[in-house]
Amino acid sequence: MFGPTLINHKNERIQKRVQFLFGVMLFFLIVPVVLIVGTLLVKGSGIISWSFLFHDPTNGMTEGGIFPALFGTIWLVTVSLLASVPLGVAAAIYLSEYAPDNLLTRLIQLATINLAGVPSIVHALFGVGAFVVFFRFGTSILAASLTLAIMTLPVVIVSSWESLQSVPRSFREACWNMGATRWQTIWHVVLPNAFTGILTGVILQVSRAAGETAPIMFTGAAMFLPFLPSSVFDQTMALALHLFVVTTQVPNVPESLPYGVALVLVGIVLLMNSVAIWIRMRLRRKKKW
Amino acid sequence: MVDDRSGHNKIEVRDLTISYGNRPVLRQVALEVRAHEIFGIIGPANSGKTSFLNAVNRMDQMRSNMRVSGSIRINGIDTRSWRNVYALRRKIGVVFPLPVGLPLTVYDNVALAPRLAGTAGSRAELDERVERCLRRAALWDEVKDRLHHLGSLLSGGQQQRLTIARALSQSPEILMLDEFSIAVDPVTTMRIEDVLRELKAEMTIILVTNLVQQAHRLADRTAFFLDGECVEIGETEALFNGGAVDPRTHDYLGGKFG
Amino acid sequence: MEPGDATRLDARDSRWYIDKGFEIVMFLCGISAIVFVVGIFLFVFREGLGFILHDMDVGEFFFSPKWRPTSLHHPTYGILAMVAGTAAVTVLAMAICLPFSIGAAIYIAEFATGRTRETLKILIEFLAAIPSVVWGFIALSIMNPLIITLFDVPMGLGVLNSALILALMAAPIVTSIAEDAFKAVPDSYREAAEALGATRWQTIYKVVLPAARNGLLSAGLLGVGRGFGETMAVLMASGHSINLPTSVFDSFRALTATIAAELGETPVGSSHYQSLFAIGIFLFFITFIINMTADFVVRGVRKG
Repeated sequence: MFGPTLINHKNERIQKRVQFLFGVMLFFLIVPVVLIVGTLLVKGSGIISWSFLFHDPTNGMTEGGIFPALFGTIWLVTVSLLASVPLGVAAAIYLSEYAPDNLLTRLIQLATINLAGVPSIVHALFGVGAFVVFFRFGTSILAASLTLAIMTLPVVIVSSWESLQSVPRSFREACWNMGATRWQTIWHVVLPNAFTGILTGVILQVSRAAGETAPIMFTGAAMFLPFLPSSVFDQTMALALHLFVVTTQVPNVPESLPYGVALVLVGIVLLMNSVAIWIRMRLRRKKKW
Repeated sequence: MVDDRSGHNKIEVRDLTISYGNRPVLRQVALEVRAHEIFGIIGPANSGKTSFLNAVNRMDQMRSNMRVSGSIRINGIDTRSWRNVYALRRKIGVVFPLPVGLPLTVYDNVALAPRLAGTAGSRAELDERVERCLRRAALWDEVKDRLHHLGSLLSGGQQQRLTIARALSQSPEILMLDEFSIAVDPVTTMRIEDVLRELKAEMTIILVTNLVQQAHRLADRTAFFLDGECVEIGETEALFNGGAVDPRTHDYLGGKFG
Repeated sequence: MEPGDATRLDARDSRWYIDKGFEIVMFLCGISAIVFVVGIFLFVFREGLGFILHDMDVGEFFFSPKWRPTSLHHPTYGILAMVAGTAAVTVLAMAICLPFSIGAAIYIAEFATGRTRETLKILIEFLAAIPSVVWGFIALSIMNPLIITLFDVPMGLGVLNSALILALMAAPIVTSIAEDAFKAVPDSYREAAEALGATRWQTIYKVVLPAARNGLLSAGLLGVGRGFGETMAVLMASGHSINLPTSVFDSFRALTATIAAELGETPVGSSHYQSLFAIGIFLFFITFIINMTADFVVRGVRKG
């Protein structure tokens, strides 16, 4: 009597098919992640051992470990964080807490978008032109890290800005009305409540910086160095560049070696992302307001 | 020398016009608030009451689109000439319509302002001050065993009394309350009203309310704001007993609109 | 109050000065993004200026496919082949990426719920996290033999390989922007359509997609920006030979990859070195225009 008409039947069929189609499309984006991680695990995990992680490469980089590259990546990421986190969080504080709605603020937003959109190789050219040549840092950890810092700055700015904005405006009003200065309000109330969100952004930035190759290629990362860097003015090896080198520049590399390097790199990056996601989920559950 | 005895003008407002961007919310207001009185401001929503409080507290300085012209004198000194607005705000306590329990402990909520102002003193002094403020806000008995629990987990009525304790923590000369009873149950409202009557001896109180009867119960004098205009100011008793001059005041008090 | 209190009370104390100091510091950090964008332009321009003033022939630079900077007798600096290769790959990559990403975004935004939706988003986030050089490695060691076997061609590096890699690299960002665009469509639109008896798919097709049009356009533009700017993956996946590609199996060379491959081997200050910075300026402008357009398109939506 009032049962579904023929048209409704047809519509429902279309609906089911469409949903299936979109599901398949999504599936095709997700399968590569699984396949890539799976392949890296199958072909690369065999080579990973204590000595792979903690020994120098030997025999023209066809044997031995990746320690100098791992060590160098930690150096590069740490120094770049030291530069970009304070700067980026401060910039986000300015945009979120001080900036009036005017042309300058709009320009800052546009510049941030652009900074994120500039190709990594152009960042590398900037690093060479500014830090290596003009400021005479030479090809060094300092030059490479600063280049990385500027490149990943938008990540910190945007994620910190979002975290600051998620702190209710009423908290600020309450503080201002009790005679707290703007800075006291930021320091004692806004930042503590935005801290976890900012931390998430910083972890994602670590993941991003650890995987970048182009910006460090000509500014401070070396293909092969027989010693570990001792200061920020030394060059260093880096994991991402090492993967490029053993894949394309070195002849007669056993197949498992680049897979092992790629596995370590992807492992670090995905671990960082997982930590960030875990913190974000905990934060969502434990909201205090 | 500024005389602080009852009856003297604590706040003098002249030609006060407030606008957000190009939109005026309060026009050409002139009024005085006497020391140690409860000054009621009544009026329907969007009549400029809250903006008035924000102007007294110089919040225009924190909001890029808020424009204030005219003068507000506190103790005879134009608030605009204060070089340190933060010091001015420490003299003024504010309570909002919706309680804002900062995500700090009950104790820290009350202790925050003195700490930030650098007037906290020793731990014992601060303990004493926190207890005194919580007692005066009629909250002490309910929270004395959980001073170090999160303030934002208290009930709505308790949080509102917590914000009153917070507003009292710097011994303000002026206490401004903005529709404090919106999120509070009637019993708590009555308790807070009793507190306000006691506090009058120590400070000047501006009570913004949308409840006409609350102004009637508490205020010594009352101003009626409507659509950004201060329609009428008078002794509360006189206003409520048919002494309103303007027909709009008459209608509003009689419940014809609002 | 005591006499003289007024002057004491409104005095600026240490808190006032600390506040002012931090305001200035925050402002300086706030404008840093502008400083860096201008700085990038100036420093890259500074290094490339010599080439632009002395060696560059504008017609040759843009319209010659011959990039022979190391030729002893007659070096030529033409980027046409590289622009064509980069453009071809970007277009193909977008043709692959856009339908899949938008489909995936529709599924996440309109069909998936709760825990499934969270898991799917995390997996897409993982896709975004894989570094460029790892993609290059995948192109070389997994895709290359796969394409050779599947299509029976002599070499698997080239337009198709790069486009597939770029499509996967751009997919997460396009998906997340598209999903934002769908979420920005008010629920009242959907409810209105469903009240008229439309199925979920009809609602999406007739109401949600048109309303999210600008957001999708902007997502596509950012994908193009990524395609033009990607360096390591394309360097490794393209085959890197200077060539006007005529088929999807042809090798080509990208603008970015040229800089990455040659900068290390040129003497600082030489014409060749400077010409690479000139390419950098060109890339800077292209991505600048793309990003500004994408932002403009999205803001147009929010205002409307």
